[in-house]
Amino acid sequence: MTAAQPQVAQAVVGALSTAETFVQLLYLAASILFILGLKDLGDAQTARRGVLLAEIGMVAAVAGTLLFGVDKGIIVRWEWIVVALLIGTGVGTAMGLWIPMTKMPERIALSHAFGGLAVALVGVVEYLNHGGPQMGTLHITATGLEVALGALTFTGSLMAFGKLQGFITGRPVTYPLQNLSNLAMIVGTLGLIGLLVHSPGASWAFYAVATLGVLLGVLLVLPIGGADMPVVICLLNSYAGLAASATGFALDNNVLIICGALDGFSGFLLGMMMSKAMNRSFSNVLFGAFGAAPEAKAVTEGAAPSGPAPNVGSVEEAAEVLRAARSVIVVPGYGMAVSQAQHAVRDLANVLQANGCDVRYAIHPVAGRMPGHMNVLLAEANVPYDHLFDLDVINDDFTATDVALVVGANDVVNPAARSNQSSPIYGMPILSADMAKTCVVLKRSLNAGFAGIENELFVRSNTMMVLGDAKKTLMQFTSALKE
Amino acid sequence: MSLTLIFGLYVFFLAAFTGYQVISKVPHLLHTPLMAFTNAISGISLVGSLLAAGGHYGTLSTALGAVAVLAASINVIGGFLITDRMLRMFKKKGGAR
Repeated sequence: MTAAQPQVAQAVVGALSTAETFVQLLYLAASILFILGLKDLGDAQTARRGVLLAEIGMVAAVAGTLLFGVDKGIIVRWEWIVVALLIGTGVGTAMGLWIPMTKMPERIALSHAFGGLAVALVGVVEYLNHGGPQMGTLHITATGLEVALGALTFTGSLMAFGKLQGFITGRPVTYPLQNLSNLAMIVGTLGLIGLLVHSPGASWAFYAVATLGVLLGVLLVLPIGGADMPVVICLLNSYAGLAASATGFALDNNVLIICGALDGFSGFLLGMMMSKAMNRSFSNVLFGAFGAAPEAKAVTEGAAPSGPAPNVGSVEEAAEVLRAARSVIVVPGYGMAVSQAQHAVRDLANVLQANGCDVRYAIHPVAGRMPGHMNVLLAEANVPYDHLFDLDVINDDFTATDVALVVGANDVVNPAARSNQSSPIYGMPILSADMAKTCVVLKRSLNAGFAGIENELFVRSNTMMVLGDAKKTLMQFTSALKE
Repeated sequence: MSLTLIFGLYVFFLAAFTGYQVISKVPHLLHTPLMAFTNAISGISLVGSLLAAGGHYGTLSTALGAVAVLAASINVIGGFLITDRMLRMFKKKGGAR
């Protein structure tokens, strides 16, 4: 055995480079699979195959990492990896299988928090182990950015989660010199990273960067109101991706750089789309504290909008209107999600369709609390996706429609966006529900919506308000129509 | 500037442009699954976490690494499961229930 040792050692040296090549090829394959997976997600028909491709990619990347770690002698302890993976798999499976679709924005916010946390911790470990003067410029810069962005994503996402859950007020929280102090903190963080490049051993500076990241996450999300949640979630997606990319630079790992860039850009792109759908600039969302002023007004004025009284109809009256309708366009909003009314909507549509009525759904890009939220809720209730139409496709059809059935939507059907220049949502593209022959609005009360803006649609002569829980009202419609 | 950085920047920007092209073609319909999906993919930070948790550095490093593995694996498993669960619900008219 001793005689054979040099030969074995040689074989190991040979195997080393082969193993490394193999690992890099696995990473390459994983990256290609991720991109192909994303491409397949461009069409509902191929999307599930895309998920499968990405899953194979993930297995390849993890297997490659374990191989690399063992081969290089980096991974020597397994017990914690196994324990953490087992718990993570359990929690992940539970979250994946049982979280209700209405809670999807909360779940996404929470998982951004997990992503940020993981990246920030990896950065701290990286500094702990390679800290001190031996870290090069690129290494320390990337690690600093990684920790700052990771920490920011972690607490920012927890804030978003808190706002969505109602633990923290959904109203924008503002205080004097807010933007200035935030800007100072961002500059301070970058300055400290600069200092670290100069003297990588200054561990106080490193932990100050992490602390500033934690603080910035809280303070940057605090002033953003609930109506801007879709944009905030996209932004956090983007930050999580950029943090992962920074990790890739720190660890010199391309698959991390690539995934981070994909994630970062998808968040950025979706955020831009959401901002456009609200006719607001990105920076406006970041620093604007949407709805602060009108919200205060709406709250002090109390429930009912001023001016003409809304036309409140009974369930029977509304059911009569629906019975006579030949065409109906349903406009779902967050109120539908809150009262879990998507199944009741579907049941009503079934009855209407059985009566020979044409039923379609108009989806506003920012309906709900995250991009595409309404599509998912309606899909859950078995509404075929080819019955769902985007704003620009269906908007001209409202004039030729008998009934627009607005279920818990508010700002996305507010005509003030078209006509009232002083309204905070002026210029935002809206669904023209007011153009339908009759507009039936299901709403819990006459209070202003999430953004706190009064809605003149409710007092239009062709609008009938039906107050109460949307789910109950819809079920009453359905049974009235069945009689 | 080191060669590693330049090479890394190439990779980053090429991936960003590819991502831009691919993601901008995802319809509104699938934006929520897209977010869950990219979230699962960003769980790739599991790769870094594994190296941190399995190292022979110190108890603190191992503990932090283990928490990172936990957080990242929740994202990977949960993200893929929930994306698939959502996509299974999207059906065309007349599609199988």
